[in-house]
Amino acid sequence: MPNYSYPPMEQRRVMGKRITRLDGMEKAAGKAKYNSDVRPKGTIHAVGVFSPHAHARVKSVDTSAAQQAPGFAAVSVVAAPGAEVNWAGQEIAFVAAQTEEQARDCARLIKVEYEALPHLVREENLAKAGSRGKPAGEQVTGDPEAAFSAAGAVTHEAEYGIPVITHCCLEPHGQIVAWDGAANKIEYWPSTQAISAVGGDLAKQLELPATQVHSHQDHIGGGFGSKFQSDLWGAHAAKLSKMAGGKPVKLYLERREELTIAGVRPSVFGKVKLSASASGEMTGWDSTTWMTGGFAGGGLNADLLPYVFRNVANRRINHTAVSTNNGASRAWRAPNHPQVCYITCAAMEDLAAKLKMDPMEFFLKNLDKTPRADTYKAQILKAAEMIAWKQNWKPRGSSTGTVKRGLGLALGTWGGAGHASRCRTTINPDGSVLIEIGSQDLGTGTRTIITQVVAETLGLPMGGITLKLGDNNYPASGASGGSTTVGGVSASSRKASVDALDKLFAAVAPALGVPADQLEAVDSKIQVKGNAAKSMTWKAACAKLGVSAIIAENANDPRNPGGLTTGGVGGCQMADVSVDTETGIVKINKVVAVQDVGLVINPKTSDSQVYGGVIMGICAALMEERVMDEMTGRFLNADMEFYKLAGAGDIGEIEVHMDITPDHDKRGVIGIGEPATVPTIACIANAVANAIGVRVPVLPLTPKNVLNALHNTTRRLA
Amino acid sequence: MNAFEYASPATLKEALGLLGNSWSDAAVLAGGTDLLSLMKDHIAEPKRVVNIKGIKELGGITKSGGGLRIGANATVDELMESAAVRAEYPSLVAAARGIDSPQVRNMGTVVGDLCQRPRCWYYRNGFGLLAMKGGKSLVESGQNEFHSIFSSGPAKFVSASSFGPALIALGAKVKIASASGSREVAVADFFKAPTGDGDREIDLKPNEIVTEIVVPAAKGAKNATYEVRNKEGLDWPLATASVVLTMKGANVATAKIVLGHVGPTPVVAADAASSLAGKAINEETATAAGKAAVAGAKPLSDNGYKVQLAAVAVKRALLAAAGKA
Ligand SMILES: Cc1cc2nc3c(=O)[nH]c(=O)nc-3n(C[C@H](O)[C@H](O)[C@H](O)COP(=O)(O)OP(=O)(O)OC[C@H]3O[C@@H](n4cnc5c(N)ncnc54)[C@H](O)[C@@H]3O)c2cc1C
Ligand code: SF4
Repeated sequence: MPNYSYPPMEQRRVMGKRITRLDGMEKAAGKAKYNSDVRPKGTIHAVGVFSPHAHARVKSVDTSAAQQAPGFAAVSVVAAPGAEVNWAGQEIAFVAAQTEEQARDCARLIKVEYEALPHLVREENLAKAGSRGKPAGEQVTGDPEAAFSAAGAVTHEAEYGIPVITHCCLEPHGQIVAWDGAANKIEYWPSTQAISAVGGDLAKQLELPATQVHSHQDHIGGGFGSKFQSDLWGAHAAKLSKMAGGKPVKLYLERREELTIAGVRPSVFGKVKLSASASGEMTGWDSTTWMTGGFAGGGLNADLLPYVFRNVANRRINHTAVSTNNGASRAWRAPNHPQVCYITCAAMEDLAAKLKMDPMEFFLKNLDKTPRADTYKAQILKAAEMIAWKQNWKPRGSSTGTVKRGLGLALGTWGGAGHASRCRTTINPDGSVLIEIGSQDLGTGTRTIITQVVAETLGLPMGGITLKLGDNNYPASGASGGSTTVGGVSASSRKASVDALDKLFAAVAPALGVPADQLEAVDSKIQVKGNAAKSMTWKAACAKLGVSAIIAENANDPRNPGGLTTGGVGGCQMADVSVDTETGIVKINKVVAVQDVGLVINPKTSDSQVYGGVIMGICAALMEERVMDEMTGRFLNADMEFYKLAGAGDIGEIEVHMDITPDHDKRGVIGIGEPATVPTIACIANAVANAIGVRVPVLPLTPKNVLNALHNTTRRLA
Repeated sequence: MNAFEYASPATLKEALGLLGNSWSDAAVLAGGTDLLSLMKDHIAEPKRVVNIKGIKELGGITKSGGGLRIGANATVDELMESAAVRAEYPSLVAAARGIDSPQVRNMGTVVGDLCQRPRCWYYRNGFGLLAMKGGKSLVESGQNEFHSIFSSGPAKFVSASSFGPALIALGAKVKIASASGSREVAVADFFKAPTGDGDREIDLKPNEIVTEIVVPAAKGAKNATYEVRNKEGLDWPLATASVVLTMKGANVATAKIVLGHVGPTPVVAADAASSLAGKAINEETATAAGKAAVAGAKPLSDNGYKVQLAAVAVKRALLAAAGKA
């Protein structure tokens, strides 16, 4: 069995270095081609017709006028007469024409008659949901009532909520697809987080063997968990292409549909009661939460409550998923976690205030209820040092003046172990090295870290490696979700490259006069271990291969990763905010993020992941909210104008501390994209409560919600 | 958007001849930052689009003894960068800066800002300017956090223009031309709250073109605009206040206070302004004036918070104008 372990920390030459993203320049210069920029010869354009009703029965769909319109190419009807549509934006038909404008004109000429049916689109009032709420059944541990009524117990009871937010991918969902009917072959350029699998998913929809679909993607403009499937629009785009004689069809969602039907993050609303002893020992938790994940009712894992501090002795959980007439939810960067983190850390901060305790002390005191007390303790202390908690924290509401300042903290966790991944390493007789892997670079630095791992393994400079990914002809690698990519691709590329190198050692060992296992690859040379004098250049070594290249393929097996990757991390974030109490505007002064993560291949790209995660958390904390209108059943701000995201001026200073230590390093590679976004919302919300002296119960922290909290005019949830 | 005929006349006369008697005949295109969105969303469906950017006589910002002339083609950026404007009208510069997108400022015109349509999300989602359904106001019964707190009629949207209030406070006028002649209207009278879905929010007919804005010389009057916006970058104000003060020594001789983004037209707060006469501007008087300015506010179900924002905007605009911000 070859030794796949990474070289010890201090011996790494390429791994562990702050290397700039390989495709950064290409992107900054606008040279990178996203699939929405790809225009194969003869491309025609398709757009959709979507239901304007949140709930209706389709009575008729008449495409005849569209078929007579200039440029018309093909039409594909999704919702046949009699079909029920369950949210505004649900797909009725797709139509293709020579130009995008003509396709839009055709779409407007498709006449659809509906019988409108009653709908429910808002979920914050559980009483109004009636039978559309599906309770998950109560879970009880210990005796929460006894904890609440115990002598000396201090209890706190309140409502909290986070609205539905959307993924807001800048590159919308969609694809270019060409279905050659005669050959029954499909060329497919999707915007996807799963290049190895999405072609098979499309084939399944079209009842074709997976072998018939060739998928390609160099770059993606955001997915965040919403781009794993080929989707209805993928299948219909393919059908339109076939109908149009195999011409490539471009079908991307417009901004409105992108926000409405391409996935959202479920909301969560709830009533929480919790208790602690006078000295701050948390004793009981009782939460009744509800949320919506759209019509199909995608859930929220309330069993995570109280988040991180789940081992509280007495605990009662009630949770209800409300089916609303909205598009389905999809995974959103750390599914469940940011929401339950907010509910938990907000309630804990509120209880700490009632106890007149520094919330940091309160969190520290209760770390025994978390699965990683030591890690969290070290992180809290580090974050506190970074934000000068001891110097700057003041008891809740004691900040004076119009603009009040406050600090808040929250903890998070995530898995992030590497997914199943295969990789092929080819060492050519001319010394060139090719890596092929059916993965994708979501903009996270996947290209860069794979190249680092291979360069480290083969003793070559990064420039000596050619990496190809983003194609389902390459060895299959997992979808990029759950922060599983980095652990998976680093392990598979390490193993395939170690295997390839071992074969090269075997080929050159005779010439160097030692057994193959006595060789090492350093500085573009193959040499006898510890004896640079007995060496051969990489090129000369590869020349020994004659005419046949070395091809080695290996995989990461998630059940048996051999120490190259593990999962399970903790993180602590603290926020320093200023709130203008006259306008309710919240300004972020600083967010600090301390994240434990295993072996860090590239501190620069992992820092960037944390920046990105924190920025997404800031957006959600301060601005993001899907606004549904009960009368019309519509998503009123399905745009980038009133669906607000933070800009550069709104994010303040972000300071990242990655816990890179020999101990963490031994755990192998762990994903970072998701954990970094979990605690942000809660720590900002807690900082605001600390600043202004009252809790803003339902997010986002907009002037409206902040002023309502200050004036005690917040509407009760139910 | 629908297909349309495109005309790019070189003279005002030609342009006027290309307009029609109904809004669906033709639309004037300046920077297009609003018109194109309206057309894409099928809120505006003109058969002809008349681009006025090639008309030289409508360009430029000029300063003379009589005041400032802002041509219909002058962009927000030109206004913001104009030395004359910077020297005398900080109120206009602040309103311009609030349109916090270089792209929009480079393309959008000041006149277009006055003529732009409301951003009400019911209107922009195709439910009509007044957003009535079955005799009920969608705004009143629905989601109205960004809507009007000063409506007496059926219009519940807010006027989107940040220049409107500033220009009203400065006593500006617009000049309007049609094939049959030209007229002048005070900006204060240019805005009007519509009562029907087909009405406009401004005193303009389909066959007319606004040719310029004339702002009287500031003559040392202090002026300022304060905007409350949630975001630092491009974002619609939640409330604005534009003020103009003439001083007699350390005290106010005359004051003008106009609120923006809180009513279907800019809201002139005459009582609040006159209450300042003879007083010095300080935290106390400015706060009182802010309160007085919103005394008549009638918030909807979800926008009570805007009452305070408007009052704060007035206070802060007054303090800024008085150099005490
Ligand atoms: C994202 C965004 C944010 C914005 N934020 C703000 C803000 O914070 N504050 C603010 O005040 N504004 C804001 N604006 C509005 C912006 O200032 C206007 O869109 C712009 O000034 C309009 O000018 P334009 O030349 O592009 O008008 P166009 O789009 O060309 O025209 C707008 C309307 O006016 C009519 N029109 C234009 N010129 C004339 C004329 N000379 N005679 C008769 N009719 C005419 C057109 O027919 C059309 O109906 C924002 C706009 C955007 C897109
Ligand atoms: S504003 Fe939008 S369109 Fe313009 S550069 Fe930025 S992302 Fe691109």
